[in-house]
Amino acid sequence: MRIPYYPGCTVKTTAKNLEESALASAAALGIELEELERWNCCGVVACLAGDNLMEQLAPIRNLIRVQEQGADRVVTMCSLCYGTLKAANALFRRDEEKREKINQFMYEEPDYEGGVEVLHLLEVLRDEIGFDTIAARVGEGLAGLRIAPYYGCLLLRPRELGLDDPEDPHILEDLMESVGADVIVDPYRTECCGSYQTVSNIDLVAERTRRIVGSAVRRGADIIVTSCPVCHFNLDRRQRDVLRIDREFSGLPVLYFTQVLAFALDLPESVMHFDLHEIDPRPVLESKARTAGVSE
Amino acid sequence: MRTSLDAEQLKNDIVARIEELSGENVYACYQCGRCSAGCPGIEAMDLLPNQVIRLLQMGQVDEVLRCKTIWACASCFTCESRCPKGVDLTRIMEAVRQIILRQNIDHAKLAELPDEMIEDLPQAALVSGFRKLTS
Repeated sequence: MRIPYYPGCTVKTTAKNLEESALASAAALGIELEELERWNCCGVVACLAGDNLMEQLAPIRNLIRVQEQGADRVVTMCSLCYGTLKAANALFRRDEEKREKINQFMYEEPDYEGGVEVLHLLEVLRDEIGFDTIAARVGEGLAGLRIAPYYGCLLLRPRELGLDDPEDPHILEDLMESVGADVIVDPYRTECCGSYQTVSNIDLVAERTRRIVGSAVRRGADIIVTSCPVCHFNLDRRQRDVLRIDREFSGLPVLYFTQVLAFALDLPESVMHFDLHEIDPRPVLESKARTAGVSE
Repeated sequence: MRTSLDAEQLKNDIVARIEELSGENVYACYQCGRCSAGCPGIEAMDLLPNQVIRLLQMGQVDEVLRCKTIWACASCFTCESRCPKGVDLTRIMEAVRQIILRQNIDHAKLAELPDEMIEDLPQAALVSGFRKLTS
């Protein structure tokens, strides 16, 4: 099965560990994620003011690229891209006046009517492949590895766009259970990591990271799992900044769900790029997980 | 004597503009405080999120326009997803920021970011941060 895939800027640069582990895992499970031609940055966030239509152009152009290929869906693995593409799509479906205005403004492009479905890779794994299939494939898998899933914001919110219950989600837990891991349901799993405040207010983000990672540590987690490159940076790299405000702090490795999947599927370590992590996950993976996934 | 309370008399041009930009009705809020209870940015805020909306209801826009709260908001939509009245406070925060940013008053300066931080940060953080904090 082939599905058009929208990477986004960060997945192609600082989050290669997300992209390569995702593509390899999907391929191992029989899904070819085919990179969209001529994609552009989605803008990461769009202005929420109703009169700003300019920031909707970038996500809509990408959906036009999907439409041009004759496809009716596109998959992304970045929570931010997912939120932005899905929000622009929802606006197009809901607001005829704005849709016409943007279509007229982009006169060089074919009109777009909102016909493309924006999917997160998690939804493809659940609905196209099935967590049961993954469980059957992985076997005992990662038994003994204690994983705390972390959702952050944009997989779940705003309410209109989220892919699971914003207060009591379970898609990441279900996936982690399917690879045999011991799942820890952490109360901080839906709390924001501080997001883009990491650019201008490091202390705010360090405090968020201290609480979120600290909660997972107290509950006995070995690793945290997320799907968003900004969450990943804040929870992993900002642990260095947490040590400035709390010398007693002891951290945890933070992985993308796709890396855990690739590890469980016994894929080569080269697709996981553990060298990009602040806190190296290899020691805990090697000591806790039964599968000899790290083979290279 | 019959007393009549009228929100329209408290509403000034800036509150009206905030409602227009956000598409939200600030008077729908009944001050339950769930937005403030769940807000992750609260430690960097001077006004609680529910106080921001209360001040807007009362037409006291000056305090809102100069508060730290709107800049500590990370647009995480926790308030939006929990509001029992369906008020999207995330959009109201954005509208207040836009009123300031559209006067070309930025809240972050790219030139002031150290090179090693630019190297370090993921693109998505840089792009979203500067989209939210600059004009």
